[in-house]
Amino acid sequence: MLKFTAEHEWLKLEGDVATVGITQHAADQLGDLVFVELPEVGAELTKDGNAATVESVKAASDVYSPLDGEVVEVNQAIVDDPSLVNSDPQAAAWFFKLKLKNVSDIDSLMDEAAYKDLIG
Amino acid sequence: MDDQAVLKTTPLHALHISLGAKMVPFAGYDMPVQYPLGVMKEHLHTRAEAGLFDVSHMGQVIVKAKSGEYADAALALEKLVPVDILGLKEGRQRYGFFTDENGNILDDLMITNRGDHLLVVVNAACKDQDVAHMKAHLTDCDVTLLNDRALIALQGPRAEAVLAELWAGVSAMKFMDVREVPLHDVPCIISRSGYSGEDGFEISVPEAHAVEVANALLEHPDCEAIGLGARDSLRLEAGLCLYGNDIDTTTSPIEASLEWALQKARKAGGDREGGFPGADRILGELANGTTRRRVGLKPEGKAPVRSHAKLFADAEGKTEIGEVTSGTFGPTVEGPVAMGYLPVSHTAAGTTVYAEVRGKFLAMTVATLPFITPTYKR
Repeated sequence: MLKFTAEHEWLKLEGDVATVGITQHAADQLGDLVFVELPEVGAELTKDGNAATVESVKAASDVYSPLDGEVVEVNQAIVDDPSLVNSDPQAAAWFFKLKLKNVSDIDSLMDEAAYKDLIG
Repeated sequence: MDDQAVLKTTPLHALHISLGAKMVPFAGYDMPVQYPLGVMKEHLHTRAEAGLFDVSHMGQVIVKAKSGEYADAALALEKLVPVDILGLKEGRQRYGFFTDENGNILDDLMITNRGDHLLVVVNAACKDQDVAHMKAHLTDCDVTLLNDRALIALQGPRAEAVLAELWAGVSAMKFMDVREVPLHDVPCIISRSGYSGEDGFEISVPEAHAVEVANALLEHPDCEAIGLGARDSLRLEAGLCLYGNDIDTTTSPIEASLEWALQKARKAGGDREGGFPGADRILGELANGTTRRRVGLKPEGKAPVRSHAKLFADAEGKTEIGEVTSGTFGPTVEGPVAMGYLPVSHTAAGTTVYAEVRGKFLAMTVATLPFITPTYKR
């Protein structure tokens, strides 16, 4: 299932592991990305806590964790080539995989229609 | 109550919107930070071909002596600027700055000898203060802020070719020459100068014809509209200061490594030694050195290090020694670049210092400026 947050992250749940990235809308707002800093594998993240940092030419932005969980994998591809986030943010340019503390937490997040309404 | 001030607009505002610009407030103006190309591509395009920038928010000021004599206007302005303006030839431009009583910098600017008057171009953020400063001190001159002219910068290796379509005589201009020339039958003042590290021109156009001239230049296939985002990364790679970041009322010109802008005539032993605000301190620093200097800084990793990041002598962050004043990602250098102030004990090229970024201490190396090789047509 595909879910979204008000901070412009998307999640794709498979079992109890959610793949997390930022939306096309977020990538477009940020502009050309030049740097990505990902969390450590094994890091415990809390909902709305800092998970990653992205930098465009002009400024740095925080990426938040959508839910409580443990980072089980990170995407080195976007560290090596930050421009991938601009070209394919909702597939190849995923940020990290989060083993959710409570799978049911995902129900509180927006579905795609609600996110589309949010961004107008 | 609505506290938001209404933003000013330049004569090219509608053009930016029509080109799909992302607009942001800057110095009280609604300005294009980027166009659909994006900051990276706009920056790279300027270094490869030609970029067109709207810099009409900057102040264009006429300083004319009541006597009508250039020399009187020049000597008057020399009371505020530590630069040789009397010796500046007609049709030539020079970089300078207003200093204050403490020897610190009030603004940086360009000064042109226009025959019977001076044309002074100042930063947008300081324009009102600068005009007031000149009016208060240049009592034998008329100081007029032009409010009916646009300013367009055209920068890059193809800038001359693009401008040549409108005026064939452009190829005879050398770096820092200034000419008054009709472009598209519109009288313009053109200087061969800029803020990108590339060859290029700055064109003062009557506001009624600004869109027409901009469009005529943009028609050339090599010319693209460029926003303020790329303007900043271009100037940083070129080692150029941004007033308010790298120079301000806490920095002297010598600390800022701008001593090259002072000519012999205004230095110790010169014909018109001193005679500007803060002369004692500035001439003292020329003789005895300063305790700190502005240098280039190259982060060793990929993370940009931005302005206000604190600098430390050690990797543990125990000894704070300075501050980053500008930092960004340099698309041409393909990595982060920065400038900041360090004690002279740490300003040798190759020295390693550490910047605090998000709680970590990132290594940076002192680098000679500029980060790229300028292509001025000297």
